[in-house]
Amino acid sequence: MLGGSPPPETLKPLIDYPTGGGTLRAMPSLLRTALATGLLTLTGAAHAAEPVPVPDTLAQRALACTGCHGKEGRAAPDGYYPRLAGKPAGYLYNQLLNFRDGRRDYGLMSELIAPLSDAYLKELAGHFASLDLPYPPPQPPTLAAPELARAEALVRNGEPARKLPACIACHGERLTGSQPAVPGLLGLSRDYLNGQLGAWRSGQRRAQAPDCMEKIARALTDAEINAVTQFLAGQPLPADPHPAAALATPAPMRCGVLP
Amino acid sequence: MKRWLIAAVIAVLAAPWALLAWQRHLPDATPPSTAPVDLKRGAYLAAIGNCAGCHTARGGERLAGGRAIPTPFGTVFSPNLTPDATGLGGWSADDFWRALHLGQSRDGRLLVPAHPVTNTTLVTREDADALHAWLQAQPPVSAPHREHQLRGLYGSQLAIAAWRALYFRPGAYQPDPAHDSGWNRGAYLSQGLAHCSACHAGRDALGGDRGAADFRGGLLAGIGWVAPSLLDPLEAGVQRWSADAVKRLLRDGHGAHGPMAEVVLGSTAALDDADLAAMTAYLRALPEQAVARPEGAEPSPRRRERGASLYRDHCAACHGANGEGRPDASGAPAYPALAGSRTVAQASAANLIRLIERGGFAPATPGHPRPYGMPPFAGVLAADDLAALASHLREGFGHHAGEVDTVEVLRLRAAASAR
Repeated sequence: MLGGSPPPETLKPLIDYPTGGGTLRAMPSLLRTALATGLLTLTGAAHAAEPVPVPDTLAQRALACTGCHGKEGRAAPDGYYPRLAGKPAGYLYNQLLNFRDGRRDYGLMSELIAPLSDAYLKELAGHFASLDLPYPPPQPPTLAAPELARAEALVRNGEPARKLPACIACHGERLTGSQPAVPGLLGLSRDYLNGQLGAWRSGQRRAQAPDCMEKIARALTDAEINAVTQFLAGQPLPADPHPAAALATPAPMRCGVLP
Repeated sequence: MKRWLIAAVIAVLAAPWALLAWQRHLPDATPPSTAPVDLKRGAYLAAIGNCAGCHTARGGERLAGGRAIPTPFGTVFSPNLTPDATGLGGWSADDFWRALHLGQSRDGRLLVPAHPVTNTTLVTREDADALHAWLQAQPPVSAPHREHQLRGLYGSQLAIAAWRALYFRPGAYQPDPAHDSGWNRGAYLSQGLAHCSACHAGRDALGGDRGAADFRGGLLAGIGWVAPSLLDPLEAGVQRWSADAVKRLLRDGHGAHGPMAEVVLGSTAALDDADLAAMTAYLRALPEQAVARPEGAEPSPRRRERGASLYRDHCAACHGANGEGRPDASGAPAYPALAGSRTVAQASAANLIRLIERGGFAPATPGHPRPYGMPPFAGVLAADDLAALASHLREGFGHHAGEVDTVEVLRLRAAASAR
């Protein structure tokens, strides 16, 4: 496996397996050659005797997820399959249950995890939550400044007259989410964010009842959703990209996923 | 002459009535069981029968019904089995017995054949009564029955009566003195409560089979999976497997995917040691009978070459450069060998294509709690790439299972998305 010439970068498969090639490529070439030769001899010998067992790790098991969600769960380049790395474990676990039990509707995802136990799903969620990986650059917004300013006001203050809470009230002052189960809103593509808010409006995405995000998504206008997702996708991650330890203030709405 | 004509007209008009009357009034004199009520036994039997598998909607209350079951004749919705007025509330043991043994609801209506009456008729009265007692002890859930959505007259009582006249006779399991008690227990479970033939039968165009021991295999129309033959060792027959290997499949789920993963989780993982051994003995002793192998697509070296290149890019890292697979730390297959794999080389390419497209995990069971999985390649490989890869797998690695063309992939994809 290690002996084969690496595929040309342009034809790089979407699914990136840790065959060791990635690490090898990052090393100085002389060392790389020496190591590769050594490993080749070793694996060659081992192969003749018996195949090398796969690593007994969650990272290895999570390869079934990263095929779509990008290397190590950093998100797929198309922006549709969201980032998993670094999201709160409770959030990821809830989503796995939601897909498995039909509160979220995406056939591939639901079928894939259908035969897995709560305990195993929790472990997989914990694995992705524990990853501390760099984020992609933000998506430059295409909206005019006044509309973006209006979006930012909604995000930071909500609109009490319409009973719209501020995003930051639950998703954190830095918008990086709150432990244990509220996701961050940064580092996600516009398409993905629009897709989720749309799915909440149409009933294709649901959360544990009472589902506060459904009420919020239904209360927002199309223009507001567009502006807010433009704003969010355009924000760089703050210096500390981790979820807040807890909600800073009492939750503005009753919400099934909040403690 | 005129009298004959009148008689003929009356006969034609009376035939449907007679058919319905016959099916609704099948004689039965089975006395209730005298065994003491054993709820634990009932729970165990309900697990083996995987009642909750069909009678629970995804994410819904257990046993409250409402799961949509796609069939070639339309969609049926499973009824509520909890002791609520919308379910089995007020059903006597006799009522429940008639449902299992005769396939009739309490009001006399015939149950749609999606309820595997060919199998449940073999359940003993004692087991039926234990199931009844356990079901009546479950928390009641209000869940009104959703009407089946069957095309045309398929859902009519007359159509069901006709189907039953062709394919169903009430019966009891008759032990075969040529075999020991273990084999007979395995046969009783496999043909009866565990209803293996509900999927593994070879069905005709009317959805009929050749009885509870029909394991010839076939396409599960509506969900796009093939339930391979249990009679052919090149399909899913286990005649040449060790007993331990069969147990690892039924109890721990090694190598089970799709609907069979669901069966392991909902049913066979719960078998106690004696019943597991019994079912294993029965399945291993099934007669061998080869399935017909249809011609594959026109061979195309270019397609196979493309497939080989896709294999190197996408598959070799886990399944090995030569399809040899890779073991986990305990030596069990983490990623199964594809060389010699029956899923790869069985008569139908449906399950192979399905697995490549949609990936999958073996079921997480107590004996195999953290299976490795395969990612879906639906977004990576277009239909002609899938055909190329499947062709390489089915004609490479020493297989001669026939190539697959793009049309076949598209056809199977349509069958799978019909659910």
